[in-house]
Amino acid sequence: MSSRDEIAARRAAIEAGGAEKYHRQAHERGKLFVRRRLALLLDEGSFVEDGLFANDLAGDLPADGVITGLGRIDGRPCAVMANDSTVKAGSWGSRTVEKILRIQEQAERLEIPLFYLVDSAGARITDQIEMFPGRRGAGRIFYNQVQLSGRIPQICILFGPSAAGGAYIPAFTDVTVMVEGNASMYLGSPRMAEMVIGEKVSLEEMGGARMHATVSGLGDALLASEEEAIAWARRYFALMPQNFRGAPSAAVPAAPPAADLDAIIPENQNQPFDMHLLIGALLDEGSFLEVKELFAPEMIVGLGRLEGQVVGIVANQPKAKGGVLFVDSSDKAARFIWLCDAYNIPLVFLADVPGFMIGTKVERQGIIRHGAKLITAVSEATVPKYCVVVRKAYGAGLYAMAGPAFSPEATIALPTAQIAVMGPEAAVNAVHYNHIQELRPEERPAFVAQERRRYQEDIDIRRLASELIVDQIVQPAELREELVRRLSATPSRHAAAPPKRHGVPPV
Amino acid sequence: MEIHSPMAGIVLRFSVAVGEEVASGQEVAVLESMKMEVPVTAEAGGRVEALSCEPGAFVQEGDALVVLA
Repeated sequence: MSSRDEIAARRAAIEAGGAEKYHRQAHERGKLFVRRRLALLLDEGSFVEDGLFANDLAGDLPADGVITGLGRIDGRPCAVMANDSTVKAGSWGSRTVEKILRIQEQAERLEIPLFYLVDSAGARITDQIEMFPGRRGAGRIFYNQVQLSGRIPQICILFGPSAAGGAYIPAFTDVTVMVEGNASMYLGSPRMAEMVIGEKVSLEEMGGARMHATVSGLGDALLASEEEAIAWARRYFALMPQNFRGAPSAAVPAAPPAADLDAIIPENQNQPFDMHLLIGALLDEGSFLEVKELFAPEMIVGLGRLEGQVVGIVANQPKAKGGVLFVDSSDKAARFIWLCDAYNIPLVFLADVPGFMIGTKVERQGIIRHGAKLITAVSEATVPKYCVVVRKAYGAGLYAMAGPAFSPEATIALPTAQIAVMGPEAAVNAVHYNHIQELRPEERPAFVAQERRRYQEDIDIRRLASELIVDQIVQPAELREELVRRLSATPSRHAAAPPKRHGVPPV
Repeated sequence: MEIHSPMAGIVLRFSVAVGEEVASGQEVAVLESMKMEVPVTAEAGGRVEALSCEPGAFVQEGDALVVLA
């Protein structure tokens, strides 16, 4: 065979990936071949690859188990790295790591988004000296991810395992999409857990996609198939800019479906309602992409469009846990606010919050420092922020939802909104406890009712507007138009950071 | 199977009775917590075997509210 033919034959062999039996096993699990995944993700004919011949002389490690290169999505350039699980289970050797480092460095130079298509068993222990500890070892991947964070969008689609050290790749990206049943993240395998701590647990239970999407909070979206996971990532990408220098592109505006907001939002403060209905009635039809939908559902976060412009929604969900803020809800919102602020996405807060949860359980979990983290993120965000008080914002809930002290462009209230340290029932009890105890039992209800009325008048929304605490009171049906106009009036915002190295944020 | 309280609070009422069949996603109880009414729903269907307390009782996060057969 001439060398020209030999190269062509090798190239074809490398592009076919690992041994046939691994392709078959993957297919049986509903997994697509890595090149098929890339074809679904990228525009047709756009992909250019580097390092195809990596470790070719080893003979049985096509591309050294990872495909890297540049392509386009909806015409926009991006970079990708994608593990090939048919090659030694997608494990990392020294050239695997080097290829990943190079695509990260290229994405940094070009300031274009970087996709991580992860499906990897982790390090090849036999190659550890070459790929684990050194200056250009696996640690450098994570170092680079941290440097890239906030400069370019980093998007992970997790198709299979990301084990041990490899589990940090998804953790350092902006967003991780997981395929249910196949995706997993864990530091030590179930076998290791059994040997070391005597724990008998399944992989799915310990580090499966559903667990991460509902409990640990590492999964930002849980999808049933690889095709759906890739489609989700493409939708997310469309809502992101190329890098921190720009804002996301606008789309053709689409009116929301008609909805009777007066019927959706109960006047009674204590009644639950579904905040998704309000979000659906505010945003352009079909534009809302919820992030971490299954994690801490008492807080809703996601990206959507208002008259074509991308906004980040941070909304309390009264239907789940009363919309009360917990440790996980604070975590979820803080990270989302950092994401939007990094990529010039204005934030709309929809407040309907009784406050932070109280009690021993949450205090021991550190609700104060997690709440402080959320309030830090709100304070640090320099993108335009809008605080909409839907029905109520009590206590530090007002601060967590970008209340007046946190430099929103405006605090907008619906006519029935209440803003207070606490609700009327709790307040009357707190202020008049001793007096109520002194009263005869039959005198108490009348006194409490009278004091609650007085308190209601004190926190009346007209009074708050009169005192310039809220900037505008709008009817529910007018809220979308109000937000659209305000967004177009504040397209950018001057953001000079105070002179310092950095703060010491609570986490 | 037990349906647990999602958070600490007071049981305002049970929406089902012993012996009743419930479907997945159906409301089985309403708590009051932080002055909010908090509906509790069944994650899976079944027949109600027992209610774990009287309305008005305090419950902690994770306490069983309803036992399904």
